[in-house]
This record gives sequence, structure tokens and C-alpha cells, in this order.
Amino acid sequence: MSRPQRKTMTRRGAGGRAAHDVGGLELGAIDRAEHDLALWEKRTDAMLILLVGAKSRAFAIDAHRRVIEAYGEQDYDRTTYYEKWIRAIRNLLVEQEIVTREEVEARMGEVRARHAKAGRKAAKETVPW
Amino acid sequence: MVRPNAPAAFQHRFAPGQAVRVADRPALGHCRTPWYLRGKSGTIAAVQGAYRNPELLAYHRPGLPRRVLYKVLFKQADVWGRYAGPAGDHLEADIYEHWLEPQTT
Repeated sequence: MSRPQRKTMTRRGAGGRAAHDVGGLELGAIDRAEHDLALWEKRTDAMLILLVGAKSRAFAIDAHRRVIEAYGEQDYDRTTYYEKWIRAIRNLLVEQEIVTREEVEARMGEVRARHAKAGRKAAKETVPW
Repeated sequence: MVRPNAPAAFQHRFAPGQAVRVADRPALGHCRTPWYLRGKSGTIAAVQGAYRNPELLAYHRPGLPRRVLYKVLFKQADVWGRYAGPAGDHLEADIYEHWLEPQTT
């Protein structure tokens, strides 16, 4: 899957509005390139549906939007659709005290170590909190 | 679109055809009213239902009392200062009742 080129677009005259609320601003051409969904993206979609569903009700879909809409311009523009989703899911699971930040970081460390041991390249980048 | 779990009977302040104005105020937190429509005038096109308030659901509150959601029709020329398209162009937006005021002029 090729990763879209992304840059931060300054919102001229946007004083006070959140990074997502760009209706009417000049932000250049929209990237309409389609791409197949990666497995992790499909899993992210499924996770959100289960977390907001009647059986778990971990948080409301509106809380998920709130976290995504609170990202700054740079984070909002430089992350893809499902990167925004997974980051917000992780942060809400911590906010709702379902998992702790330490548990998430410990598990991520385990995953990285497992990949390194198997000789697979793991991304150096970490998703900021 | 009628969402499940919306009550069938509810009071609503505005009726289809009525002229309204979107409140021109900053959002105190999570908000679904787009910036570009604040302070703009439009017409009620439909009463969509009464739903739990997303401004509260976003912070893990029950979202009560329910808020009436309207489909509001705006003339493009009324939304954008300089609109170059045909005069009849409109846009529709879902706006909650507590963001709407009666149009007095």
C-alpha cells in the first residue's frame, strides 16, 4: 500500500476553529486516490463498531469524533483516516480506564521485540498520544 | 435518516418552511455546527427527530435532554460572501435546535 504524501496546510483566516472544521477555506486540491484497506485498517473499523456497540458501550461515537477533532492541524493533516481512528480509540480506552497507558506501551514493546526477533522491520515511528 | 432509539413523539420549536438563523457563538467544546454556517440564515426543510446531545455524549455523559435535529436549507449566496454559482444553489445541513434562533427580520 502506498502512503499518501501529506503536508500540513495552513488555515488562513481560520482563527479559532478546530483543525477539521475547514468548510469554505482554500486548502488546495483534494487527494482522490483510492487505496485498498490494509488488514489493520479493517480491524480498526471493526474495533470501533464493537466498542461503541450496545454490548460494550466503552464510549460514544461522538467521543471518538471529539478526540479526532481535537488534533492540531499538523497531526490532523499528516495522518490518514484510520490512523486518526486508531489513535483516538487507544486514547479513549485509556481515558475510560479500560486499559492503562503503561499497559499499552508495554504491549507495543512486546510487539516490537517479537517483530525484531523474527527479522521483520517494525516502524520506528510511534503514534503520539 | 431516522436513527433507531429516537422517540416518535417530541416537542419541536421550529416547523418546516420557517426562517431561522444559526447562532453565532463559539463552541464550548465538542460541537457539530460547522463554523461556516454560524450566523447564517436559512429555512427549516425537515424535522429529523430528537436525539441524545452529541455535545454531551462526547464527554461520556448520557446526552440528555434530547435535542431536536433539523435539516436546514441555506442559499449558497447567503453562506459565502462571493458565490459565483447559479442563484438557485442551496446546501443542506443538519443543525440541532439549541443552535437555531428564529429569523426576526
